[in-house]
Amino acid sequence: MKKFEILVSPASCLDRDDIDTDQIIPARFLRTTERTGLGKNLFEDWRFDGSGNPKPDFVLNRPGTADAHVLIGGRNFGCGSSREHAVWSLMDFGVWVVIARSFADIFKKNSLRNGLLPIPVDAANHAACLEAAEAGARFRIDLQAQTVTAAGVSFGFDVDPFARTCLLDGVDDLEYILKHDDRIAEFEKQHS
Amino acid sequence: MATVKPRTLYDKIWDSHVVVEASGTPSILYIDLHLIHEVTTPQAFTGLRKRGIGVRRPGRTVATADHVTPTISRNVADAGPMAVQQIGQLETNCKEFGIRLYGMGHERRGIVHVIGPALGLTQPGLTIVCGDSHTSTHGAFGALAFGIGTTEVEHVLATQCLLEHKSLNFGVDFDGNLRPGVTAKDMILKLISEIGVAGGTGHVFEFMGTGIDALDMDGRMTICNMSIEAGARAGLIAPDDTTYGYMSGRDFAPSGADWDAAMERWSALHSDPDANYDRTVTIDTGSLQPMISFGTNPAMCAEIGTRVPDPEGISDPAERAQMVAALKYMGLTPGERLLDQQVDVVFIGSCTNSRITDLRAAASIFRDRKVRDGVRALIVPGSQQIRAQAESEGLHKVFTDAGAQWRESGCSMCIGMNGDRLDPGQRSVSTSNRNFEGRQGQNGRTMLASPLTAAAAAITGKVSDPRTLLEN
Ligand code: SF4
Repeated sequence: MKKFEILVSPASCLDRDDIDTDQIIPARFLRTTERTGLGKNLFEDWRFDGSGNPKPDFVLNRPGTADAHVLIGGRNFGCGSSREHAVWSLMDFGVWVVIARSFADIFKKNSLRNGLLPIPVDAANHAACLEAAEAGARFRIDLQAQTVTAAGVSFGFDVDPFARTCLLDGVDDLEYILKHDDRIAEFEKQHS
Repeated sequence: MATVKPRTLYDKIWDSHVVVEASGTPSILYIDLHLIHEVTTPQAFTGLRKRGIGVRRPGRTVATADHVTPTISRNVADAGPMAVQQIGQLETNCKEFGIRLYGMGHERRGIVHVIGPALGLTQPGLTIVCGDSHTSTHGAFGALAFGIGTTEVEHVLATQCLLEHKSLNFGVDFDGNLRPGVTAKDMILKLISEIGVAGGTGHVFEFMGTGIDALDMDGRMTICNMSIEAGARAGLIAPDDTTYGYMSGRDFAPSGADWDAAMERWSALHSDPDANYDRTVTIDTGSLQPMISFGTNPAMCAEIGTRVPDPEGISDPAERAQMVAALKYMGLTPGERLLDQQVDVVFIGSCTNSRITDLRAAASIFRDRKVRDGVRALIVPGSQQIRAQAESEGLHKVFTDAGAQWRESGCSMCIGMNGDRLDPGQRSVSTSNRNFEGRQGQNGRTMLASPLTAAAAAITGKVSDPRTLLEN
C-alpha cells in the first residue's frame, strides 16, 4: 500500500446522500478479474448518456476534474454492495480522499484497506468544504495532524488510529495479522 | 463474587471468537466459515500468489458460482466470455488451493447465501463471512455473519482471521403476528422505511419478538438478508426449535452424538435477560400491510395502498432533492396511487426471496391464472436443490402454465450481470433487495416487494394488493 502523508489538491463536489456502490461502479463492470482499469467506468451511468457520451452537467466531466484528488459527498457515502471495486475505481480515477457527512461501514473499511482516506465531517464544515471546492480552493489533507485546511476551511477529523498508522507507514494489515500466527494456532487448538 | 455482565447474543459470539484483543487496534477475530463466489475473489487469490502464501484452512472455505451464471441454461458460455473467464478462474483457484466448489453442473450449486444454510454449513454460533454484503442472511441461524471486501477475503484465506472493531447492539422487536397476505419481506421493508438506509450503521441487529418466533427459517433469512439495507453490519436471530428443525439431517449438520453436543452449545446462544442494547425499536407486526418500494433505495417504500409521497412535505433540503430525483428516475408523480402502476417485468428470485416457501407463495397466486399479456415474469430459484424440490412439487408447471419463465438458479436479475436485466425505462416488481438506480439494468426501475405482491403484479400487469388474489 502507498504511504499517505499530506495531500494538496482541488476537490470535486458530489453532494448527494446515500451514494451507493452500484452508482460508483455499476455491476456490469465487475466482470473483471483485475483491480486496475476501473476508473474509466467510475459513476458510469451518471457520467455518460446511453450512447457513451459524457453528460456535460455532471461534476466529474467538468474541465480540471482530473486534477481533483478529493471528492466531497453527502451522507452515508458508499452504501450498498460490499464490492471493493468501488474503491478501486475511485482510486484508479485519481480520488484519494472522500470527505462526506458519513460513510457506510463496509465502504469505510474497504477504503482504508486500499489507502483511500474517508473523512467524516459535520454539517457546518461540510458546507464550508463545498463552498471552498466550488470556488476552486486547494485542500490540504494532513493525515499525521488529522487536519483539513482550505480557504475558509479548517478542521480536525477522526480516523481509526490503527488504520492511520497503516496508512502513514504504507503497511497493510495482513502483515499485522500474520504476525500473530502463533496466537491463531493456539486459538485453533481449543476452538472446535 | 463478581457479577457477570449480561451479554447479548452478539456479545457472546464475538467474545468466543476473539483471538487477540489489544487496546488501540481492532480485534483479531476468528472466522469459522468463509463463503466465496466468482466476482469478488479473483483479485484475492492473485494477492495470495503475489505474496507466496497459501490458504490457511482450505476446509473452512466453500465456493459456488452464482453471480454471472446463466439462467437460461447450464452452459456458462451463454452468459458471455467474461463469465466464462470469471468462472474458469474460480475453478482454477479452488483446485489450486484445495477449496470445495459447488460449480457449474453441481446439483447443490446456487446463490451463496441460499446454499450455505441448505447444506447445513450455516450453524448457530459460527462466524461467517463472504465477499458479499448479504452475508447477513446467515444470521437467521444465530451465526454472526457479515459481508467483507476483496482485500479481507484475502486476509481470511491467508489467516482464517479478520481485523474487526466490535459493533453496537441494536434490538429490533417485531411484536405480534402477521396477517394473511403479509410476509417477512414486508416486515423488513417496514423496518428499513422507519429507520432509514443508514439507520443501522455501526450496529448489529438482533431480531426478536413474537413476530420472529412465528416465522419459518425462510422468512427469518429474508429478514436478516436485508439488514445491510439499513446499513447494519449484521442481523441475528437466536436459534430455537424452528432453527434446529430446519438444520437436522442437512449434509453438513452434525448428527448423532455430535448433534447432542452441538445442541448443548447452541442452547446458550441467546441474549441474557438484562443484556444491554445501544438502541431498540419495536415494530407492530400485527398491523403491517404489504409494502412496496417507490424510490431508489430500500427505505423509500410504503404500504401498497398509499400514494407516492410529495417531496414538498420534506423539510430537509438534501432529502427533498433526493426524493425529487428518485421519483423522476422512477417515472412516478407525487400523489399518485402506488396501486395500478403499470409493470413490465416481474422478477421472483435473489438471496432475499428465492427459497421454497417463496416459490410456494408465488405459486399460490399463479395457480390457474395467466401472466398478463406484455408482462415478462421470471422465476429464478435460489439453488439447483430448490429448483429440483419445486419441480418435485409441480410448482414449475404452475409457473410455466401461467406463462412465466422457469429458470436455472443464480443471482440473475437481482444484479443483472448474466444478461437477465431490465431494458431502459422498464419497471419491475422484484423480490430482490436493492432498487438502486440501474441495479437491474441501466435505467431500469425497480419496485421491491414480497413474492406474493410480485406474483400479483405478474397476473394483473400492475401493482396490486396480493390479498385480492388470495383464496379466502
Ligand atoms: S442474489 Fe443479489 S444480493 Fe443476493 S448474492 Fe446475488 S447479487 Fe447479491
